[in-house]
Amino acid sequence: MTNDALARVAVTRETADRSRPGSRPGSRPGSRPGGVARKAWQLALHAGLRALPWLIVLFLWYLLPATGLVNTALVPTPWQVLVKFYEQLTTNRLWLDMYMSLQRVTLGLACGIVLAVPIGFLLGWYRPARTLFDPLVNFFRSLPPIALIPLVIVYFGIDELAKVVMLFYAAFFSGVIVMYEGIVQTNPLFIRVARTLGATDDEIFRRIIIPLALPHVLTALRVALGVSWATLVASELIAAQRGLGAVIQNASNYFQIDTIYAGIICIGLLALLMDRCLRVIAARLLQWQERIVP
Amino acid sequence: MTAAPRLVLDTVCKEFAAPSGVLPVVSDVSLTVGDGEFVSIIGPSGCGKTTILNMIAGLERPTSGTLLVDGRPITRPGADRGVIFQDYGVFPWLTVKDNIAFGLTLRANRMPKRERERIATRYIELMGLTGFEHAYPKTLSGGMKQRVALARAYAIKSSIFLMDEPFGALDAQARSAMQNLLLEVLRSEGKTVVLVTHSVEEALYLSTRIVVVTARPARVRTIVDVPFEHPRDEELHRSRRFVELQYELREVVMREYATQARLRGEDVRAAGSPMTHREETRA
Repeated sequence: MTNDALARVAVTRETADRSRPGSRPGSRPGSRPGGVARKAWQLALHAGLRALPWLIVLFLWYLLPATGLVNTALVPTPWQVLVKFYEQLTTNRLWLDMYMSLQRVTLGLACGIVLAVPIGFLLGWYRPARTLFDPLVNFFRSLPPIALIPLVIVYFGIDELAKVVMLFYAAFFSGVIVMYEGIVQTNPLFIRVARTLGATDDEIFRRIIIPLALPHVLTALRVALGVSWATLVASELIAAQRGLGAVIQNASNYFQIDTIYAGIICIGLLALLMDRCLRVIAARLLQWQERIVP
Repeated sequence: MTAAPRLVLDTVCKEFAAPSGVLPVVSDVSLTVGDGEFVSIIGPSGCGKTTILNMIAGLERPTSGTLLVDGRPITRPGADRGVIFQDYGVFPWLTVKDNIAFGLTLRANRMPKRERERIATRYIELMGLTGFEHAYPKTLSGGMKQRVALARAYAIKSSIFLMDEPFGALDAQARSAMQNLLLEVLRSEGKTVVLVTHSVEEALYLSTRIVVVTARPARVRTIVDVPFEHPRDEELHRSRRFVELQYELREVVMREYATQARLRGEDVRAAGSPMTHREETRA
């Protein structure tokens, strides 16, 4: 919530910059020393606000054993987890697990979205196609990808292909639905305007429909990313030698709770990082929007 | 009307399919618009006047009757007829300048970049948008968005302008400023205009002829020649003849409004009945 608000503030400021000729967004001339100081203070404040919720969580985590509500043997302290994290990085090649997981997510997501965008577009654009396929798409979308794991193992085995297939499935159906619901809401006014200005069908597609669809592509990507992470870990928990899900599963076999914590936090941070990257890209591409992220 | 007419509507009818059967929206409208004329179509909201304009624009086809522009049948939208929509339709993903130049980048009106720049800059100045060339529409007020829409339509050099309640969403001050700006631009460029409005005052102030249409389905109720000379200015609003005409016209229009309100009441009942019927069968 706070991040959204902050991002919106940042964007309004960028547009204000752009309306002034010759100034580039982001590089405000800090000619006045007072301005620089205030700017630095504002930056610090923003950083502080962003860090605050994390600090609260950490604080509560530290307090937890003192309350006596939990068994201290089962809940490691943040420090223990951090040590374990470092240990995993240096001795157990946690890097490789992160790399494997990231690779699977990226591959599955890329394939899923590449197919979800045109298909979602067609479903949104042509009403008969929508009527025809809507129940089907909704059925497969509501099906948790995890429920398909046994079948995927039967058909695709337990190696890389199986995981990418799972992620493809997850990314495709979550992406397709966002894409087509977005396209359905396209304002027909813009198309009429373009037509009255003399635009041909292919000009309308390239100059009107693509810019209008772009925000939905980015939203679809973000939603699919979230679903993909969830699916990835589930599929790695079941059958994988390497990957963050496998790290957690192995640690669970040896009752290494601190490693489980480290793995979970690692997954969360990677997902967060990827989402932030997408948001930054979206903010860059969609400066014109009233809101950056729907 | 000695010269060849720019626009001809001959017994134009339009029907829409409705749940209760066929809904006639425009009925037997015949109208001829000469070069340089400013014709306003005035009538109650929801009566079908926008449909008339959409048919002239080529966005909708008539059920029967013919529409001609410069003697040719209207089958589709074209750059010869610029349209200003009520909701502006300014492209939010383009800057003010790119919006204005949009039409000029299309194959139908393509021109060299320098020429495009020149035209865009000219209309930015004319519409008082200087300083906002690179702003996105989200930062503009309603009046400014409407000026962008006007400039965009002007830029492609349409000689006919179709305006659908273009100033309806503006406050009184912006509205009157936009009316004066429109008169000013028309004076220097000489265009043929068809304006749809529900303001008697706006119609009287801007047009050379006023077509009053009936409640749905829209028929031509009466056509009034506006006796005022051009150029016009704000003073006109206070002239005795203007006030009298405004009063007379309002009488006529109000009667149609009353009929339309009655119609709408029936619509509500008509829409309600199949619903209750369905409920009963389900029970």
